[in-house]
Amino acid sequence: MARTNLPPRGRAAGRRAFRLPIVGAVLWLVRIAAIALLLIGASRSIASMRLSGQQWRDLVVFGIAQGSVYALIALGYTMVYGVLRFINFAHGEVFMIGAMTGYFVTDGLSRTALWEAAPVLALLIALSCCMTVSAVVALGLERVAYRPLRGAPRLIPFITAIGASFFLQYTMASLFGTSVKAYPEVDILTGTFTVLGFRILRVHLLVIVAALLLMACLYLYVEKTRAGRAMRAVSEDPEIARLMGVDVDRTIARVFGVGGAMAGAGGLLFGLVFQNVFFLSGFLPGIKAFTAAVLGGIGNIPGAAVGGLTLGMVESMGPSLVLVGLGIPAAHQLKDVVAFLTLVLVLIFRPTGILGERVREDRG
Amino acid sequence: MRTRKYQFTACLIGALALVGAACAPEEEEAGEFTPGPLGAITVETGAPIKIGLIQAISGDTASLGTDQVRAVQIAIDDKGGNLLGHPIRNQVEDDLCKAEGGTTAAQKLAADPQIVAVIGTSCSGAAVPAMEILSAKGVLMISGSNTSPTLTSDLRGTKGAANQKGYLRTAHNDIIQGQAAATFAFQRLGAKRAATIHDGDPYTEGLANAFGSSFKELGGTISLATAISKGDTDMRPVLTEVAASTPDVVFFPIFQPEADFIVRQAKGFPLLADTKKLFGADGLLSDTFIVISQTEGMHFSGPATPTGPAYEEFVGKYETKFGEKPIQAFHAHSYDAVNMIFAAIEKVAVEEDGTVHIDRQKLIDELHATKDYQGLTGTLSCDEFGDCADPKIDIVQNTAGQRTIDQVRGNVLFTFEPPER
Repeated sequence: MARTNLPPRGRAAGRRAFRLPIVGAVLWLVRIAAIALLLIGASRSIASMRLSGQQWRDLVVFGIAQGSVYALIALGYTMVYGVLRFINFAHGEVFMIGAMTGYFVTDGLSRTALWEAAPVLALLIALSCCMTVSAVVALGLERVAYRPLRGAPRLIPFITAIGASFFLQYTMASLFGTSVKAYPEVDILTGTFTVLGFRILRVHLLVIVAALLLMACLYLYVEKTRAGRAMRAVSEDPEIARLMGVDVDRTIARVFGVGGAMAGAGGLLFGLVFQNVFFLSGFLPGIKAFTAAVLGGIGNIPGAAVGGLTLGMVESMGPSLVLVGLGIPAAHQLKDVVAFLTLVLVLIFRPTGILGERVREDRG
Repeated sequence: MRTRKYQFTACLIGALALVGAACAPEEEEAGEFTPGPLGAITVETGAPIKIGLIQAISGDTASLGTDQVRAVQIAIDDKGGNLLGHPIRNQVEDDLCKAEGGTTAAQKLAADPQIVAVIGTSCSGAAVPAMEILSAKGVLMISGSNTSPTLTSDLRGTKGAANQKGYLRTAHNDIIQGQAAATFAFQRLGAKRAATIHDGDPYTEGLANAFGSSFKELGGTISLATAISKGDTDMRPVLTEVAASTPDVVFFPIFQPEADFIVRQAKGFPLLADTKKLFGADGLLSDTFIVISQTEGMHFSGPATPTGPAYEEFVGKYETKFGEKPIQAFHAHSYDAVNMIFAAIEKVAVEEDGTVHIDRQKLIDELHATKDYQGLTGTLSCDEFGDCADPKIDIVQNTAGQRTIDQVRGNVLFTFEPPER
């Protein structure tokens, strides 16, 4: 009797035993190779003493600042995905419209006495304008382009989103021209100061602090308020939420509005850091923020923050730390390659992203 | 089977007869025109002589192409619209300043057997595929604004990777512009270490590399040769690397908006804060770039504006016809290119009672043989790889008080002319 419990010996069993480990083995080889390349590149880069400790710390700060902007945009992707299981590809354009609004408001304010007298107030005015305009655009987008298609197969709103993205880009181009718009200088944001040996540009400090504050507010909003609870309920199951008396349409609109406001704030911060915006400015940051959302675990709000910061750091440090160490010439040209390669690697190690996907299995 | 065999034999006999018939009359009609290996264009009585244009006429670089299209129109007007008694017709295609645009435009023109020659492209990136398509059809192509060394040669006898038969240009080779910028940086600015940044485009990469090799030949050191990619906004990481290599000058022959980000963000680096260290090229000589406050003090290299009464007369015609001064730097080069083509056509064309035959091979050979042609841009002579320019490169500086591109172009610090080739 004992013999019958043994696994059958023979070709079929051999094949099964052979097939499973080979995929696993290849994945492990990829993982080991990736870590080895990373370590070799990094150790050679640091050992070459090409950059001083101060410069490495600068790169960390640049990465955090860039990552904060990505995180703010990524929130919009991840919240919409969490509720609707749909990727709003026009979100990068909502961000660009925020940055454009920021240009018009700061440019207008810079000609008034307020700009010199109370720059903080002026920036707050600009921030509220950007957040409002972007939120309105996102709400309009939801109402006009997505709500009529709710319940349609997933591919259809997705294609609409791409169409909406082009529509918004070229509307901006035809309204305000294709030229590059330059933000005015903000005196209180020029200069640097040093914290714990990290030299931080003032404008970067503003970006980091503002992004952290906004994300903290959003987290509290989603976790502690009735509206937030409704969002989580709709995300869990819209049908049951409706039965429980949640207004699903309004909740979804609210998600778009909040995501749009975050993107608008990100747009103003982007404009203050890079001082330039034009009608295609939203495309690449949009794609990067989407990458950040997937990296952190799409549908997961803290995940968007972690993903954004990780992506910013990888873009800023990656070429200098790893690629130059591996002897690749003109490494900074490959910044985007590094960013997307990181996405692939993270998904190989953790298929649900860094913090994992917080959605129910059967809907994910 | 049997019928097939008969058919085959019949065909063979027919073919032989045809060959015989084709060979026989040759001796009888010795005066008849016979096309060369690349074929010929036959223009019937009253039919137009067609010239193709592949220029960037839309998008960010539209001014580059539009300027040259206008120059070609002036050249046609100068001829009275007629060549050898046939009207001159031009067909304009957009190269979009991209490889894809160059491919589409060239395929369109190559499909028309009546196109005698093509003036274009505007951008080196578009020239690579366009040249390949047109060269395969034996169509002559001559550009007034391509400058990448890969399109012709390195000026030392090594053929460029993209070079094809039937390509010529009246614009300078960027080897010369690289030499000019390197000479200025090394001798006038006293720079010993230089960093270069390009964006992967054939034009920017070619020019950055040409600068690098000239700078090294002069005795300088390239502290870092790096690149960014188009669409980048955060230049601080790459500028950290550039600053760490302690250059005396940073040469970045790229375009807007990436260059805007570089100059604005360079201000935050003590080593790069001195704008005199920043050095751009002709792609950045635009009204929207020089008004950025951080470009004050920056140097630029670019083709010299031609001088002389002939050029002034041309500018006069341009202003009357189009209501503004020339909008870019390469109109005179294209004007010279068209006129060289017209001169060559007049020379090689064979006329038979109103019908004109133009042999493609002879036309190309005639242009390559151009020597001491007096054009607006100087005295042009073509080499075997197609470089015809009489290159003069100006180094200009943007200083306080200059607000228009013409003022900056006029502020010439140094003019470079290569030693005789």
